[in-house]
Amino acid sequence: MIRLDRLGLVALAAGLAVLVAGCERPPVKAEQKGYRGLGMEQVKNPRTEKAVLAAMNIPDALPKANAGGPKAGTVYKNVKVLGDLSEEQFNRVMGAITEWVSPEQGCAYCHNVENMADGSKYTHAVARRMFQMTRQINETWKPHVGATGVTCYTCHAGNPVPKNIWFKDASQINAPFKHAGYRADGQNLAHKQIGMTSLPGDPFQRFLAAKEAKPNEIRVIPTKALPANPAHSKDVKDAEATYALMIHMSQGLGVNCTYCHNTRSFFKWEQSTPQRLTAWHGIRMVQDLNQNYLDPLKPVYPANRLGASGDAPKAFCTTCHQGQAKPLNGKQMLKDYLELNTVSLAKY
Amino acid sequence: MAEYQNIFTRIQVLAEPEPGVPVEHRIWQRVGKGTHNYWLGKFGDAQVGPIYIGSLGLWALLFGMMAVFIMGLNMLASVNWNPIQFIRQLPWLALEPPPAKYGLRIPPLAEGGWWLCAGFLLTTSILLWWLKVYQNAKRLGMGTHVPWAFASAIWLYLVLGFIRPVAMGSWSEGVPFGIFPHLDWTAAFSIRYGNLFYNPFHMLSIAFLYGSALLFAMHGATILAVSKYGGEREIEQIVDRGTASERAALFWRWTMGFNATMESVHRWAWWFAVLTTLTGGIGILLTGTVVDNWYLWAVKHGVAPSYPAIHPPMMDPAPLIGGAK
Repeated sequence: MIRLDRLGLVALAAGLAVLVAGCERPPVKAEQKGYRGLGMEQVKNPRTEKAVLAAMNIPDALPKANAGGPKAGTVYKNVKVLGDLSEEQFNRVMGAITEWVSPEQGCAYCHNVENMADGSKYTHAVARRMFQMTRQINETWKPHVGATGVTCYTCHAGNPVPKNIWFKDASQINAPFKHAGYRADGQNLAHKQIGMTSLPGDPFQRFLAAKEAKPNEIRVIPTKALPANPAHSKDVKDAEATYALMIHMSQGLGVNCTYCHNTRSFFKWEQSTPQRLTAWHGIRMVQDLNQNYLDPLKPVYPANRLGASGDAPKAFCTTCHQGQAKPLNGKQMLKDYLELNTVSLAKY
Repeated sequence: MAEYQNIFTRIQVLAEPEPGVPVEHRIWQRVGKGTHNYWLGKFGDAQVGPIYIGSLGLWALLFGMMAVFIMGLNMLASVNWNPIQFIRQLPWLALEPPPAKYGLRIPPLAEGGWWLCAGFLLTTSILLWWLKVYQNAKRLGMGTHVPWAFASAIWLYLVLGFIRPVAMGSWSEGVPFGIFPHLDWTAAFSIRYGNLFYNPFHMLSIAFLYGSALLFAMHGATILAVSKYGGEREIEQIVDRGTASERAALFWRWTMGFNATMESVHRWAWWFAVLTTLTGGIGILLTGTVVDNWYLWAVKHGVAPSYPAIHPPMMDPAPLIGGAK
């Protein structure tokens, strides 16, 4: 019996260890952000924060280039969007983008090094559009990116393909059996992008990409106390999709719900923090980028860059934020590369 | 080693299992002869079985197993019949109710039809099991407290999965069958209806739930504390109050001025438990049918306090910028 007792104790200890295996070890930092008693706190794990900051390795800005002199468009052949930059600025931007996007692959990632003007590589075509997208973000979406703005590095961070991208959920496309196993919106699987919840795994297609997506569809909470006539059309399933998107934002930014919301009344703007307004613009920005820049690049990509249902890689909050409330911890890279805002937005 | 002593016996008597009085005038007999289990004896009676299943119990088990079978196969189908993924993802998998477009019509099997089937079978199973519990109570000459307490839980289950969806005019309002999915559904439900914490029946339900736990702890602790005077023989203590009962009563009277009795504490416990799901069910039934946003309802009726703003005033940007593009 003593042996059995001991065995039971060991089993109990092992069971408890398994139970807490998914937990973060204390202590964590809690910072009050709202009026007392509302639980509007930001809980941060200083060790995770330290690791995220240590993993950042932002390249130093290259020496400033002279804006005078001949324009790149006249000096080089086949320069479509960067033609208004001076030759020096152009070369500086090329040097920077190599460091930001393809530090290992070098110029050859986008260019035919035998003939730099040859635009036959798909990466060359994508990069061109990305330059335009960067300017679009910095100029049109100031309410979201502010004066900090973005550069290629914000998303790419030294990777030819940004680490955090998404594709349409394809988990049911090839299902061999169509009569059971219904999972609307790709829900009920463990999805990393929505914090391992069982919520709809693809709220991004619904809210951030689809042509018919209306960002206001995210709003599921009625603004009247009593049921309206005609009935408020959103049901709990819609709320699940919204919840999934919000979990993604919380995870992508490394913040709690209370970073933007007073959780006692999520919908109330009057009780939200100013960050909610920034996020509101961000949602519309991502939709613009996906619809007008990223999704239309689909014909340009080779098959291995496309998702399982043949769609182009797209952006969401984590693409830039990568776990930080301010991408790159708020580092203002754009101010050293203002020539990025002079790229031509004209069709080419 | 010093050991806490009381007259709760920790000695397990191993003898021929007690078969119970004979079952008369029934087709079914009790199943099994009964056996002893040392580890179960640590928690309760060491004797396991015999069990009386009866025809109601048999049907209940059959319907229940069919429901679980449908749920399981749908979950397996949702991971493309991959057994490894089935085990890995089991807590995430679910059988979902149909989408809203079907209203209260019968949807195709592949789009929630299985949810209706499983729900029907599970409900039948639970109701049959309720009848069995009721019948067993009657046959043993007991009161029907246990079946009515069970009925209170069934009420909440029926409100969530049947009565409220019917009142709302859509099966899509039902709860998915699944471990995490039903929890995520619950959170989404609260969000959709403007925060369930402001629903007064939800408040009551929580009060009774936590109250049940508190009462259970108080009662359990009190009885254990007087068990060395025979306090665990509660029924005897009701009829013939001994020193255990006296001490237990005095303890609470001197602690908080009032004490339950050996008998009444069980009524307290029963009502707290029953009212948890009874009020909970009312709260769910009112949600969406009568009240659409509980937070705003609570503001309207002076329940939700307002707090000083510490952020710059903000307004919904959508009407200003035309965000509904």
